[in-house]
Amino acid sequence: MAPRALDYESLNENVKKVQYAVRGELYLRASELQKEGKKIIFTNVGNPHALGQKPLTFPRQVVALCQAPFLLDDPNVGLLFPADAIAKAKHYLALTAGGLGAYSDSRGMPGVRKEVADFIERRDGYPSDPELIFLTDGASKGVMQILNTIIRGESDGVLVPVPQYPLYSAAISLFGGSLVPYYLEETENWGLDVNNLRQSVAQARYKGITVKAMVIINPGNPTGQCLSESNLREILRFCYQENLALLGDEVYQQNIYQDERPFISARKVMMGMGPPISKEVQLVSFHTVSKGYWGECGQRGGYFEMTNIPPKTVDEIYKVASVSLSPNVPAQIFMGLMVNPLKPGDISYEQFIRESKGVLESLRRRARMMTDGFNSCKNVICNFTEGAMYSFPQIQLPPKAIEAAKRAGKVPDVFYCLKLLEATGISTVPGSGFGQKDGVFHLRTTILPAEEEMPEIMDSFKKFNNEFMEQYDDRSGYSRM
Amino acid sequence: MVKVMVWHADAIERAWQILDQIPGRATGAYSHSQGIKGLRDTIAAGIEARDGFPADPNDIFLTDGASPAVHMMMQLLIRSEKDGILCPIPQYPLYSASIALHGGTLVPYYLDEATGWGLEVSELKKQLADTKSKGITPRAVVVINPGNPTGQVLAEDNQRGIVEFCKQEGLILLADEVYQENVYVPEKKFHSFKKVARSMGYGEKDISIVSFQSVSKGYYGECGKRGGYMEVTGFGPEIREQIYKVASVNLCSNISGQILASLVMSPPKVGDESYESYYAEKDGILSSLMRRAKTLEDAFNNLEGVTCNKAEGAMYLFPCIRLPEKAIKAAEAAKTAPDNFYCRRLLNATGIVFVPGSGFGQVPGTWHFRCTILPQEDKIPAVVSRLTEFHKSFMEEFRN
Repeated sequence: MAPRALDYESLNENVKKVQYAVRGELYLRASELQKEGKKIIFTNVGNPHALGQKPLTFPRQVVALCQAPFLLDDPNVGLLFPADAIAKAKHYLALTAGGLGAYSDSRGMPGVRKEVADFIERRDGYPSDPELIFLTDGASKGVMQILNTIIRGESDGVLVPVPQYPLYSAAISLFGGSLVPYYLEETENWGLDVNNLRQSVAQARYKGITVKAMVIINPGNPTGQCLSESNLREILRFCYQENLALLGDEVYQQNIYQDERPFISARKVMMGMGPPISKEVQLVSFHTVSKGYWGECGQRGGYFEMTNIPPKTVDEIYKVASVSLSPNVPAQIFMGLMVNPLKPGDISYEQFIRESKGVLESLRRRARMMTDGFNSCKNVICNFTEGAMYSFPQIQLPPKAIEAAKRAGKVPDVFYCLKLLEATGISTVPGSGFGQKDGVFHLRTTILPAEEEMPEIMDSFKKFNNEFMEQYDDRSGYSRM
Repeated sequence: MVKVMVWHADAIERAWQILDQIPGRATGAYSHSQGIKGLRDTIAAGIEARDGFPADPNDIFLTDGASPAVHMMMQLLIRSEKDGILCPIPQYPLYSASIALHGGTLVPYYLDEATGWGLEVSELKKQLADTKSKGITPRAVVVINPGNPTGQVLAEDNQRGIVEFCKQEGLILLADEVYQENVYVPEKKFHSFKKVARSMGYGEKDISIVSFQSVSKGYYGECGKRGGYMEVTGFGPEIREQIYKVASVNLCSNISGQILASLVMSPPKVGDESYESYYAEKDGILSSLMRRAKTLEDAFNNLEGVTCNKAEGAMYLFPCIRLPEKAIKAAEAAKTAPDNFYCRRLLNATGIVFVPGSGFGQVPGTWHFRCTILPQEDKIPAVVSRLTEFHKSFMEEFRN
């Protein structure tokens, strides 16, 4: 009998090529163990609320009122909700096309897109056009849409940092393009060297690949580095010279844990460089409600902003967006609230600031705790988490461990992470899921576990790591079989 | 008189139940990539209650509306333009768009307007043979039941014929069942394709069926929430792994939509405090839709040169318009399709927006437009009179 349509052999090969380690082998094993009753600490994904971070009160009040507008008709609503939340709810309901249950414009509600444009202008000092801002069900959907628009076939290449957030590699596989890696320098705090970029592009072109776009993740994921203004200028100059579109993943722009390199958007730098770069480089910037101090991952809210994209292309992107009718409306409201925050004098302002600061200051402390904890281990080198939500320590594995991994049929960092999981319940993502130099191993964990639990978690890790090294390190006298 | 906020006890209880199914009660956290397990359990139970055959929560993938689930399946199935997907003509253009986006080939099979948009298995067979002879590998058949834009509800033995066809030919049945709660005629009932297949004695080894459902339609109409799911049956674990993997890249669908999907599939039961008010709302909406469907159908049938099949289900009417030669020529001169020409004129004159039939596909040389039955009931007389007036003057203008 001929193979049937859903037989494994008959599947789209591109689907089979896709890898997404964040919810891959380690996560699946962790879920299995959890079902068996083991306590698991999920640090595999930037999912703050899952680790106890509380949602900000004000946005939840506003969206609750929008979800159940009959509450607004109740004369006692003011007993349960502050006046500014009530006012905001009415404001956003008026922007909808018939409440939260109606499809909005396929690009998102015009009113919210205007608020996003205003936010970008306040942040950067340059005007932004709401017509070039599309809201999406999470930033990931926007990334996928733009990559699908760019990639025509396997001879189209996209420059992606290594290590990278594997949405990019997954999307490029899915759309049948070529990933062109450029290596970040671990010894230079995961810095970006333009010479590495040039080399990567040259190699790709030599293989017959047309390099069409470059992805930057700023602040970085998994690496956390914040790009300096001069770095961004170099990148923009490079994109201009090499005729590359720039895709700026800026979803962690609120998560900055050092003061030397505050967040600066690619667009701001680009506009500041003036023509020709400010008028020629095609830039798409991405943002989300999932990260920052909001952490509203489950809402699936995001946007992308296009700069210097020709109108005909914008039309095509709009057309494809319209096939899915509209992004979900509750998340659009979250986005509006995020970019258009409360002001001093608003009733809920104090509480909002207290909650927001609380989250960010704690994240800063946890970033430090984790980095220091990892660095206190002899075989671990950990760059400081300058931004984002992750720690990406390098684990130096002795040859015997690497052999043991091979015998077990596992990549060395996967082997290490599985052992870590089984010993401690800490569920990480092996560095191979993000890309790394040959023979160098990492793992990614988040800085999201509750502050009170951090010391115990780091102790747990250290204990495991010491035992692992004792077992596999040649210099420890005799080996235990 | 002081009004007090009233929440029915069962609504409060259900909210607690749902919150307890979410780890840490964190509604702002990414969930399992297939959707929250407890909600999938509820949906599976709802499917079982509807069909009388068991459903497995592991077969369910919650998505941001039904459309992303359709995209996922097209992505999985289409390897190149040599892969064909059979689609009804007229069809909801998500299918043509998705097939184009994924580089496949749409293989049309024509619904028969003369028999109330009937789906003939002989037509399926004919198109299948035709496409194979052109070197296309057919992979799946899309069936939209109740139909969009056509509104027909398939008769059960028609469905059996389709199931048999798919089984014989090894084709996946992609069953778009988002309008399952929108049936307006007593002589027809919605039967899920999985139910039909199972009642024919066909199990997982015999036929692969994907059923799409959404919170956007029915009597709930929560389009903006983007809630939906697909139930995938009749395939091996390696396939489920691949679907899961693709779903995981997007992490998960929005939680609010997931919750709504579970509520749609598990409404209040007899005895629940909300039962009376819920069913009053539901019946009110559905009976109004039924009346509006009839009113608009009659209005269209009263227009010169227009015939309109009954809307047995869904939310649309798809009348056929016989345009005079003069109008067709005028359209040609304006470099636009005749049905587009008519719809443009209608829009400019009355503000009424229809979608031209060419957007859905139609037998060449015939013209249609799709109209929803959704304008508010009290506004429909005004809509009908504006439409009628426009149509009269249009036909006068282009009379041969």
